[in-house]
Amino acid sequence: MSDAAVQTKDVTPQVSGAPKKADALDARLDALTLPEGGFTAPARADALARLREMGLPGARDEYWRYTDPRSFNAPRPDPIEIEDKSPDSPLFTDLDRLLIVFVDGRFDAAASSDLSQDGVEIDILSSVEGEAGHWAKDLYGVLETAGQNPVKRPFAALNTAAADEGVLIRVTGKPAKPIHILHRRAKDDADVIWHHVIRLEQDAELTLLETGMVGARSNGQIEVDLAPGAKLHHIAAKRAGHQKLGFSAIFARVDREAQFRSFTLSVNGTLMRHEGVIEFVGDDAVGHIAAAVLGDGDKGPFHHDDTVFVTHGAERCESRQVFKKVLKNGAKGVFQGKILVKAGAQKTDGYQISQALLLDEDSQFLAKPELEIYADDVVCSHGSTTGAIDETALFYLRSRGVPKDRAIVLLVLSFLADALDEVADEGLREQINHRLEAWLTRRAKI
Amino acid sequence: MLKINNLHVKLEEEDKRILKGVDLEIPAGQVHAIMGPNGSGKSTLSYVLSGRDGYEVTEGSASLEGADLLDMDPEERAAAGLFLAFQYPVEIPGVGNMTFLRTAVNAQRKARGQDELSAGEFLKVVRAKAADLKIDADMLKRPVNVGFSGGEKKRNEILQMAMLEPRMCIMDETDSGLDVDAMRLVADGVNALRSPDRSFLVITHYQRLLDHIKPDVVHIMADGRIVKTGGPELALQVETEGYGDLVTEAG
Repeated sequence: MSDAAVQTKDVTPQVSGAPKKADALDARLDALTLPEGGFTAPARADALARLREMGLPGARDEYWRYTDPRSFNAPRPDPIEIEDKSPDSPLFTDLDRLLIVFVDGRFDAAASSDLSQDGVEIDILSSVEGEAGHWAKDLYGVLETAGQNPVKRPFAALNTAAADEGVLIRVTGKPAKPIHILHRRAKDDADVIWHHVIRLEQDAELTLLETGMVGARSNGQIEVDLAPGAKLHHIAAKRAGHQKLGFSAIFARVDREAQFRSFTLSVNGTLMRHEGVIEFVGDDAVGHIAAAVLGDGDKGPFHHDDTVFVTHGAERCESRQVFKKVLKNGAKGVFQGKILVKAGAQKTDGYQISQALLLDEDSQFLAKPELEIYADDVVCSHGSTTGAIDETALFYLRSRGVPKDRAIVLLVLSFLADALDEVADEGLREQINHRLEAWLTRRAKI
Repeated sequence: MLKINNLHVKLEEEDKRILKGVDLEIPAGQVHAIMGPNGSGKSTLSYVLSGRDGYEVTEGSASLEGADLLDMDPEERAAAGLFLAFQYPVEIPGVGNMTFLRTAVNAQRKARGQDELSAGEFLKVVRAKAADLKIDADMLKRPVNVGFSGGEKKRNEILQMAMLEPRMCIMDETDSGLDVDAMRLVADGVNALRSPDRSFLVITHYQRLLDHIKPDVVHIMADGRIVKTGGPELALQVETEGYGDLVTEAG
């Protein structure tokens, strides 16, 4: 597909007269090959029933009012250009890590590492689905189901119902190497669905990295269960791909003194929606979810939506939501974030910030921050800002001889710093910072 | 070094005249001070000379060593040798002081056709300059001005000045927000940078900064003009008598 075609492409299917919701769902499901049998069968059947009950989302649904879901609802995605013109190689390739490669959502054993590592049990869903009694059967779809209340999440249910590929990771110790899931794409119309299940046993630790370019359309889901004292550090870096349609969700259940940290870097894409659902079920736990988004509408529409729901159901837990979006050339950003503090979740420390830096007047940021609190001894705060480059800071840098383009790059990196700080590992944070800087420098002319 | 002729400036967004015919000449190696009541146009003069947006020059000229300043972008003025020490230095979270300094130094070197400094060369120079100015090396590792005290911010400005080695330094109300000790430290830094081929324009409200930075010439500014020029004694006269008579006398 040529760039010209991309520029004029409307990502939403042009339908004359909206089909009935049930018909639209049937068409969506008919286009998929739903798996049969296996240990996830009961969870899949349950998810399918729930999906039929809730239907596909529409613009009138509260949690889709800022993001048009029709291109996720469509039976098939439009083909995309799969030639990788990005000048950036995947991140983290120079790390000593355990690599798991997927091509168009299918596990590629030849390209992957030997999956054995001390303290970690790794299975590929498609390889073990036939086995009965796999440990993951008690988690597959369970956290997603819990996360459907009070907000309906149809695409997460669709994922649970339709996924037949993913990684199942159970960690019992502190593995020496991070696990790196790398996505590659081969077909121009790949409609990729994957579902990972991660269980960290008591005091276990894991760094999970996700990178790569995923299909024409993707629906990826991770369910994370952290036992007391466990620590998961999740870093996802989505590579540039202007035509990508992507829905992703991460559900985390965080037990006593456990720590869940997730950071996502997103660079371009046509329509992206990421849902984060964290629930604290044990006291003194920590849950941080952060994102840095760079959207440039120069080669077609860019729309990025982060929707987060954090439930404090235990005492003295700390949650952080830090979302930063840099938007230019008509790019659109959305943030919907909620902190729910249940009765009894005393000494909760909840914080949520969403900020957008608009590099021109055509771009737009829509934010809906929410707090709902039923405990009386908590500290919860939220804030949301939309702004332009600080002219005083820009002048300060230029007055030192820094050219305008370079000064803007430095100020954008400064804006993103709070989100990047959520990447605890200094080396990984530096790599991400360099990637951001390279991307910004290439696009600095405004 | 710096020549300003009949400079008239108004705000771009409203029809408000700020500078109404400023004439000023600062030879190489001299330190000039500009004093004046609030609203007299002192800071505007510093911003216009360094190229800040929002001001329109309606008449007059300003040149640095013969080069027309008003025709240049702010970064070009900096590369030409102009430096403005801010009254309120800007905080830039997430950008390390070292990264910023190296970016600025190398941008200016590049603009002048010089080779950029390598990381090692830069580190050597910045450490030496920081030591000369009694600046804690820890300050270099922190984000630009973030969490700095008023005195640290001003010393950071002096460090930038020392690294960039400008020919013409404008100090915009450097004394604001500083206690006596911090002011002395900053003044010591400025004095250390005085040289026969570097000039200073010190903008201040009060005489006390000039106890530490001895000016060659003092100008009094009022209502957008320089209304009186004299030696260091003029600053002492302001200290004892205030601006009232001086401004009225100048008419």
